[in-house]
Amino acid sequence: MSVTEEILAKESHKQARLSQLRRLVHPSTDEVFEVLSTVIACVVIAILVLMAAVLIRGSIPALSNFGVGFVTGFDWNTIIGQETYGVLPYILGTLVTSGIGIAIGIPVSLGIAIFLAEMAPNSIRAPLSQVIELLAAVPSVVYGFWALFVLRFWIISYVETPLSSSLGSVPLFHGSPLGLDIMMGGIILAIMIIPTISAVSKEVMMAVPSSQREAAYSIGATRWEVVRMGVLSYSRSGIFGAAILGLGRAVGETMAITMVIGNAIGPSAIPTSLFKTGQTMASLLANEFNEAEAGSLHLSALVGVALVLFVFALLINVFAQLMVWKVLKVKAGAVD
Amino acid sequence: MRRFRDRLAYALGIFCVIIAIVPLASILIEVVRNGISSINLQFLTSTPQSGGGIAQAIQGTLLLIGLTCIIGVPLGLVAGIYLAEFGDNKFGKTIRFLNDVLTEFPSIVVGILVAFLLVVATRSFSPVAGAFALSIIMLPIITRTTEESIKLVPTSIRDAAMALGIRRWRATISIVLSTARAGVVTGILLSIARISGETAPLLLTILGTDFFFSGWNQPIDALPLRIFRDASLPSAVARQQAWGAALVLILIVLSLNLGVRFATRGRPSVTRSRI
Repeated sequence: MSVTEEILAKESHKQARLSQLRRLVHPSTDEVFEVLSTVIACVVIAILVLMAAVLIRGSIPALSNFGVGFVTGFDWNTIIGQETYGVLPYILGTLVTSGIGIAIGIPVSLGIAIFLAEMAPNSIRAPLSQVIELLAAVPSVVYGFWALFVLRFWIISYVETPLSSSLGSVPLFHGSPLGLDIMMGGIILAIMIIPTISAVSKEVMMAVPSSQREAAYSIGATRWEVVRMGVLSYSRSGIFGAAILGLGRAVGETMAITMVIGNAIGPSAIPTSLFKTGQTMASLLANEFNEAEAGSLHLSALVGVALVLFVFALLINVFAQLMVWKVLKVKAGAVD
Repeated sequence: MRRFRDRLAYALGIFCVIIAIVPLASILIEVVRNGISSINLQFLTSTPQSGGGIAQAIQGTLLLIGLTCIIGVPLGLVAGIYLAEFGDNKFGKTIRFLNDVLTEFPSIVVGILVAFLLVVATRSFSPVAGAFALSIIMLPIITRTTEESIKLVPTSIRDAAMALGIRRWRATISIVLSTARAGVVTGILLSIARISGETAPLLLTILGTDFFFSGWNQPIDALPLRIFRDASLPSAVARQQAWGAALVLILIVLSLNLGVRFATRGRPSVTRSRI
């Protein structure tokens, strides 16, 4: 390489570096646009991080005061001087009501999803799906209001009274059937999560490649057998994800459940019977957060409850989204 | 036997659909039946004190929708554009994932976050705190629907714009986004429907009141909150008011939902059924 060429090469290298630098100082509008939109897209991350940070910081006084007892204790006393805060009854209340919710919600939603994805005649498929989706549009507070003044009386006369008179001696059914109890909470949750579970399972089932169905039909299977062998076995993990998504919704549901669960407090909120008033973490927050003084231990304990709920919701939702994503990605590949 | 099982499965499917439709039908029937007698001009234009109406709640809900859109729509649009245009990498995937997680997040926790940061710190309930909480609920919905509708725009349109020498950001905003307009607007309207029914975060941020808007650091009212407050009062008058408020709220929410579905019928759906 001659000296001149070397100098030229060095020079052009310098030029390139310079123009890189210049672009950093005077970026093109396109680059500004990309950076700006990236920053705004990060708002989602910021919100979740901020939430975790605020909830952890806010609950430190309560957590350091009660330690593990905060999660395992069941007394809840807000009187200054005798303050004790234990969250166990509300954790149990959340788990039991959500458990009832998905126990009723999953089979019904699966029935709907199978019917709409595989069996319904084409002419009613779309309108019926839309009607079911409208269930998701009804505001939570309207569900609660309706449950309080309409559904409650159906449940008392057709479900709780018969159960109570025939099985009243079983501890699970102790208490008087007033319709403001754990069972009522579970039932309203079931109704509210049906549109979520059924819509996502339907999506998952429709993502099953039609070769699966054709294979089953070709060996003479009936429609139900096609669903069972070709579709359900193929979409199992996605349906599982849909159910967990429904669970996530049930765990966080606040207004409707606050209106019908009876809002018990302390040891009496431990869900030992279906016909007992209860309390979930979400309903406790809705009931008490506004009453807590700024800087008080009470407020810190409530933020602690929110932290527990945050962890529950995060774990459930991350897990559910991963399951559903995995399945629907297969769909994209199959269509391409 | 096999044929019988097939029939049975079909019947069970119909049965499940009916189980889901009965609550919806009952809610609509009861709300209309009980609410219709409340609705008159006075009910819609007076406050509980001045004439037993819910005007302050309607005003509050409209104010909150407006404020929330000011914060939530631009952020959601830009985040959605980012995911559609530059989000084809690991980072974009992470954002998309967290966005889906946030969509399903309990709104009461969102309310606690905003209440703790704004209401407890300033010791005053305010419309702005309410709007911030609702924006956090609106943002992921708009982000998602914007991304999906932009992705439906054919590449040829983008290529044509680029071939004219327009810069990428210009092409994205004025050509791609305007082609995807229908889907984007659908997403915005559905997110408005969703936030107008939200109650839990409002309980902690705007509190609710019997009076019209009276300052940026004062509580305001909202329709869902009015229903909740009235429902917990043991008076027949309050209950009647709650039915009326429920009817107004259901009309707003369902007309947004049905309107959108009707307007976008036959087109590829950009909205995920989960919203």
